[in-house]
Amino acid sequence: MWGILRRSAVDGGGFSASSLRRTRFSLVSARSYAAGSKEMTVRDALNSAIDEEMSADPKVFVMGEEVGQYQGAYKITKGLLEKYGPERVYDTPITEAGFTGIGVGAAYAGLKPVVEFMTFNFSMQAIDHIINSAAKSNYMSAGQINVPIVFRGPNGAAAGVGAQHSQCYAAWYASVPGLKVLAPYSAEDARGLLKAAIRDPDPVVFLENELLYGESFPISEEALDSSFCLPIGKAKIEREGKDVTITTFSKMVGFALKAAEKLAEEGISAEVINLRSIRPLDRATINASVRKTSRLVTVEEGFPQHGVCAEICASVVEESFSYLDAPVERIAGADVPMPYAANLERLALPQVEDIVRAAKRACYRSK
Amino acid sequence: MAQHLKSSSKSILLNILRHNIGFSSPSHASRHLRHNLPHGPLTTRLSPNPITRYCNTMVDTLSSIGSHEDTNSQVMDFPGGKVAFTPEIHFISESNEERVPCYRVLDDNGQQLTNSQFVPVSKEIAVKMYSDMVTLQMMDNIFYEAQRQGRLSFYATAFGEEAINIASAAALSPDDVIFPQYREPGVLLWRGFTLQEFANQCFGNKSDYGKGRQMPVHYGSNKLNYFTVSATIATQLPNAVGAAYSLKMDGKDACAVTFFGDGGSSEGDFHAALNFAAVMEAPVLFICRNNGWAISTPTSDQFRSDGVVVKGRAYGIRSIRVDGNDALAMYSAVHEAREMAIRERRPILIEALTYRVGHHSTSDDSTRYRSADEIEWWNKARNPLSRFRTWVESNGWWSDEAESDLRSKIKKEMLEAIRVAEKTEKPNLNHMFSDVYDVPPLNLREQELLVRQAIKSHPQDYPSDVPL
Repeated sequence: MWGILRRSAVDGGGFSASSLRRTRFSLVSARSYAAGSKEMTVRDALNSAIDEEMSADPKVFVMGEEVGQYQGAYKITKGLLEKYGPERVYDTPITEAGFTGIGVGAAYAGLKPVVEFMTFNFSMQAIDHIINSAAKSNYMSAGQINVPIVFRGPNGAAAGVGAQHSQCYAAWYASVPGLKVLAPYSAEDARGLLKAAIRDPDPVVFLENELLYGESFPISEEALDSSFCLPIGKAKIEREGKDVTITTFSKMVGFALKAAEKLAEEGISAEVINLRSIRPLDRATINASVRKTSRLVTVEEGFPQHGVCAEICASVVEESFSYLDAPVERIAGADVPMPYAANLERLALPQVEDIVRAAKRACYRSK
Repeated sequence: MAQHLKSSSKSILLNILRHNIGFSSPSHASRHLRHNLPHGPLTTRLSPNPITRYCNTMVDTLSSIGSHEDTNSQVMDFPGGKVAFTPEIHFISESNEERVPCYRVLDDNGQQLTNSQFVPVSKEIAVKMYSDMVTLQMMDNIFYEAQRQGRLSFYATAFGEEAINIASAAALSPDDVIFPQYREPGVLLWRGFTLQEFANQCFGNKSDYGKGRQMPVHYGSNKLNYFTVSATIATQLPNAVGAAYSLKMDGKDACAVTFFGDGGSSEGDFHAALNFAAVMEAPVLFICRNNGWAISTPTSDQFRSDGVVVKGRAYGIRSIRVDGNDALAMYSAVHEAREMAIRERRPILIEALTYRVGHHSTSDDSTRYRSADEIEWWNKARNPLSRFRTWVESNGWWSDEAESDLRSKIKKEMLEAIRVAEKTEKPNLNHMFSDVYDVPPLNLREQELLVRQAIKSHPQDYPSDVPL
């Protein structure tokens, strides 16, 4: 049992002894840690979430390229075509602009589409519909048109896929009022947030990560229940600490937790916050944590300028300036289109060592 | 299209499945035979490896051409179906020798053509159609003048396109959902939007259903199934297809109807929407108002095809070209198209030829790129109102007296509507922050508090006519 718990703490499942004190920050109750033997991959978590929501509400349907007969480009929609038929699991022609516009139109008329982009890089061909037809509609129509749509798909860097397949779009979408933007990390995040997104009456951009799909996380009984749902707009404190706050989302949460382990060996207790929700951003949790630790390291995979980290820095400086004991540290991807060569790619993305060094700088332990 | 149902036992099974699943269209049934098998006694396992997802009825049609009798027919199976071969190198011409003819019922003087086919219109409908065309024209005139006087910030007229607006609305049912571009307020007018409601939106006051959030002419009404105007060009086309798909899934006796201009047909969304609508078999009407101009771009610079009607065939969509200034022809075309769309679950493309008599909007002066004579000619000699009026009067349903009564009534109503709209308060400050999301989030509630505090501390810096 200990072995499982320790491994999951390293992997970022967040199951450590101190996590019992965190229950007020997440819906996962204490009893689930005792059970802790069930594991689920993020892929299965997403698949089960979509399956359960489709089963519960006949208005939910899935559309995208290869989602049906191919079982999904990343197998997230596996088995859904057989279960729900081609009218609810719709294989589209290759036109992101087309199927996004059509999904938005279906949402206008009362259906609840879950639109899959093979990667969010391709959503750029549809971004007009996401912003101008979905995000702004409720406001422009004064509440007459609401758009209960979910746009989901892998976001950010994968491995060796080059510039046009690796960009992180969290900052782009999170800057638009009218959208909600979510970024799950663990299997529990994936299930709870996707279910919340599908049930939400507003348009939601759901940013997954290809490299996390195959990763397994412990999952509680509560999270396996079909009515399980996580609140949108609440971050999760994955690991409590008192010396420095590290905020991040998606795959970087795993890196931050590894960094926290390394820092613990050097006597620095890092608090790791998994943002879960980029818009609305849980400024309250972030600021409360910074007021406790007085130091902030904010991490993201995407480009540095105008990134999510920039917004977090601004928020902390605005609200918790007098609590800061050190300048805010910001770790982001390199300001270049993602190179393909494996060595260059590694250098273009934040690594565990970068986070460790930044935390030490914030603690004045190194230059 | 039921050639693929080969045995009677299969059709019995289909009937059973249809009852279980609730589909009534034969073109769907065989597709669902493979995939949408209900759990229960009929099947105990999921469908076997489906090689072709769709029973492509076009395949079956072509396969019956090069049939088994003629072994020398040089036919081969490619993905997508059988094609016949030819030893001649022949490029399909870029255009037909003759342009697609244009359907009309009335001649230029409003006389009914002798062999014209059309859907009969009752006196009540005809009089309402004509009255609404007059109302639309007068409303446009008065709002345009109001903008010129500085009382409105912006306006766009539908001069010359009154027949398209009103006749198409008259041929639809109130359950059909409309996705307009921005030159179709007549559809709203037909359905019962009042002159006061139009004025409220234009003045952006607190009675505006849009809560003062959009420019004038960006009308919308949930109640009247008219989706709020979005200024981006042609984005409403794929949206309409999605809505049509939703109507089909719900089995409603209604279709989606979307309007766009000749310019809109150049957008990528036009291609995606038409292609998709055909593949999805969505009950949607694509009505193109080909009025010759996209701001200053004439159609000769917009496309090199024979207008928009020929593009329908490229997507496998049934299409028709109609005289858009002929109210009876528009009515009949839309009426028939609607029947086909719903009954046969297919998209229909209607190209309505017309002329944009007005400027693109109040920000445009079209005499800069076209002759005033041309505009005048279309306004006088090809006016849709006078053509239809001649026909209505020839039936004894209208008179000069009725005309002058109507015009003075509308003028009075319009001036009153503007007077009231102008005086009505602007929307409340809280509407700056509402409807961004379904439920206002914390950050917006905080922002609103901050704004209110700022106004309280520095009232002289803020406009006094925004109610708090």
